[in-house]
Amino acid sequence: MPWTKVYSDRSEFDLAVEKDPALRGLTYRDAILEASTQLLESDSDFFILGEGVDDPGGVFGTTKGLAERFGTERVMDTPLAENGITGVAMGAALAGMRPLLVHMRVDFMTISLDQIANHAAKWSYMFGGAVNVPLTIRAIIGRGWGSAAQHSQSLQAMFTQVPGLKVVMPATPYDAKGLLVSSIYDDNPVIFIEHRGLYETVGHVPKELYNIELGHGVVRREGADVTIVAISQMLSEAIKAARRLSNEGIECEIIDLRTLLPMDKGIIIESVKKTGRLVVADTGWKEGGYSAEVSAVIAEEAFDLLKAPVQRVALPNVPTPASHVLEAAFYKGENDIIEAVKRVVR
Amino acid sequence: MELDTTVQIELYKSMLRVRLLEEKVVELYPDQEMKCPVHLCIGQEAIAAGVCAHLKSDDYLFSNHRGHGHYLAKGGDMRALVAEFYGRTTGCSRGKGGSMHIIDTDVGLLGTSAIVGGGIPMGVGAALAATLRGEDQVSVVFFGDGAFDEGVFYESYNFATLKKLPVIFICENNFYATNSPQRARHAGSRIADAALVFGSTGICVDGNDVEAVHNAAGTAVEHARAGKGPMLVEALTYRWKGHVGPGTDFEAGCRSEAELREWIDRCPIKSFRTKLIENGILNTETNNRIAEAITDEIEEAFQFAMDSPLPEPSDLLTDLFS
Ligand SMILES: Cc1ncc(C[n+]2csc(CCOP(=O)(O)OP(=O)(O)O)c2C)c(N)n1
Ligand SMILES: [Mg+2]
Repeated sequence: MPWTKVYSDRSEFDLAVEKDPALRGLTYRDAILEASTQLLESDSDFFILGEGVDDPGGVFGTTKGLAERFGTERVMDTPLAENGITGVAMGAALAGMRPLLVHMRVDFMTISLDQIANHAAKWSYMFGGAVNVPLTIRAIIGRGWGSAAQHSQSLQAMFTQVPGLKVVMPATPYDAKGLLVSSIYDDNPVIFIEHRGLYETVGHVPKELYNIELGHGVVRREGADVTIVAISQMLSEAIKAARRLSNEGIECEIIDLRTLLPMDKGIIIESVKKTGRLVVADTGWKEGGYSAEVSAVIAEEAFDLLKAPVQRVALPNVPTPASHVLEAAFYKGENDIIEAVKRVVR
Repeated sequence: MELDTTVQIELYKSMLRVRLLEEKVVELYPDQEMKCPVHLCIGQEAIAAGVCAHLKSDDYLFSNHRGHGHYLAKGGDMRALVAEFYGRTTGCSRGKGGSMHIIDTDVGLLGTSAIVGGGIPMGVGAALAATLRGEDQVSVVFFGDGAFDEGVFYESYNFATLKKLPVIFICENNFYATNSPQRARHAGSRIADAALVFGSTGICVDGNDVEAVHNAAGTAVEHARAGKGPMLVEALTYRWKGHVGPGTDFEAGCRSEAELREWIDRCPIKSFRTKLIENGILNTETNNRIAEAITDEIEEAFQFAMDSPLPEPSDLLTDLFS
């Protein structure tokens, strides 16, 4: 299936197009822009708000030109008032709209944790299902060039700890579009986290609007020796690692969960049944992180399948440092995944 | 009231130091050896200089992402600042922070938040500490017009006024938060007026007139030291460079070039220099000597930074706790 394929670069995609001219290439960034455009065209209840959404840069290009085309009421720049504006968006959602709130960095969302965790996440349950909050919040993980501690956090685990939220982390252009559409049409608050490192990646994206049901992972690569659950940008690292490991005769099966909450436990367990080994690669922190949840699920529900302890590839327990030397030591990638795999397949 | 000439010269030097340092950053940034985002305050130097001239070295200061001027004007160590740009162990934050997170506890600068508005309540807290200890320190928070959007400003200002804390709120209104103009974010146009609802005083000044800033800040610092609580000083200014990085931003359509030209014509340093020369306080020769001394200091600081060691990968795990 063309949409499950991950292309490591543009040239690889161009080769694929030679074989199948029906493929349509789009970057991750443009996939978000296209989904937003088509939603604005097709649904008058849908609107976008956030800091700088009408900016010439257009939130790294993902909202570029939308304000000019659809007007600043439907593509609304907001004051720097994250908590208040989140509550405003939530109120609009309660009153029947389908807002998309955008943050340039996940870090700025911590200011709106009150409205997210105490309010949006609770509003259906706390009122016995009388109301619901169809609010989607997009936020971007930055990385590198000395972004440092306050502009690079990968805080998905913080959100997966709050019942009542759904958390989505697409890793491909196809998923970015389809999952954004599904998030908007989900009747619940959805946290939609994008990694800047994915913005230039290219993949097949159909022109029309389409949904990808939340809560379903995909197998990105089949292999019999070890299962790698890779989240967001770690998917491309896992694919690179798997190619190198394959040269050494180790075949990795790679699972992209796509939705962190709810988690597709079945797809992980099915794979571990086959491989008996699990490595979890996450863009976030290790301690108390999402990789811990994945590991715990396997320990609880599939312990007997494991031939080796679960290994995690995730950030060490410190904030992001600025100096490039420290950044290099901080971030995890292909080599760390290879080492983790080798620890379990020995 | 005309300022003492030594004060005038100090203000001039203070502004020029910030300007020349940042111009050096502009010159060297393309080498890609300063591997961190830089938010330059070129064009806004009069505010840092005019305010910090009133502060003692143990007075507190909290700054924001655009903080190089605040740091230098308060007396922060230039070498440690530049070394931080270069990610060195000799940097003021040992390479952990980069240009957005600078600190110099020796001169009361207790940190710099790049989360908009993040430093404001901490400034209030430091003033609270001084009050609780019965000391006469004041605390200054620098923040932009963008931080005036944030709820934390109002919460902090109310608390500071309620408890009559010795804190001075300096809003550097450069009319933009990234590319979003003030009129797109604020229902009113005069930030200083916000003080009124708390029964406090707001002063709006020309932030490109260092003497006007000095005068307004003097009033606010005196008021705070006398135990009468905070004042809000709104200083109107303009940043010449783009929001981040060494380039201009009008080419990208963020703002108009004409607007930038207008503000460059109102350069705080050039106009003050002209005044000082006209009044016989400065002449070309002394001016050149001042500039040379600063240039030497800057050259030395950059050399120091580039000669300093980079961290070891094992430094990654240090400093999390004390
Ligand atoms: C809470 C938060 N929201 C958004 C940002 C992104 N951001 C960084 S600086 C900035 C503009 C701040 O404008 P202002 O306070 O006026 O300061 P200036 O840059 O003009 O000096 C924005 C929006 C942030 N760092 N923190
Ligand atoms: Mg501003």
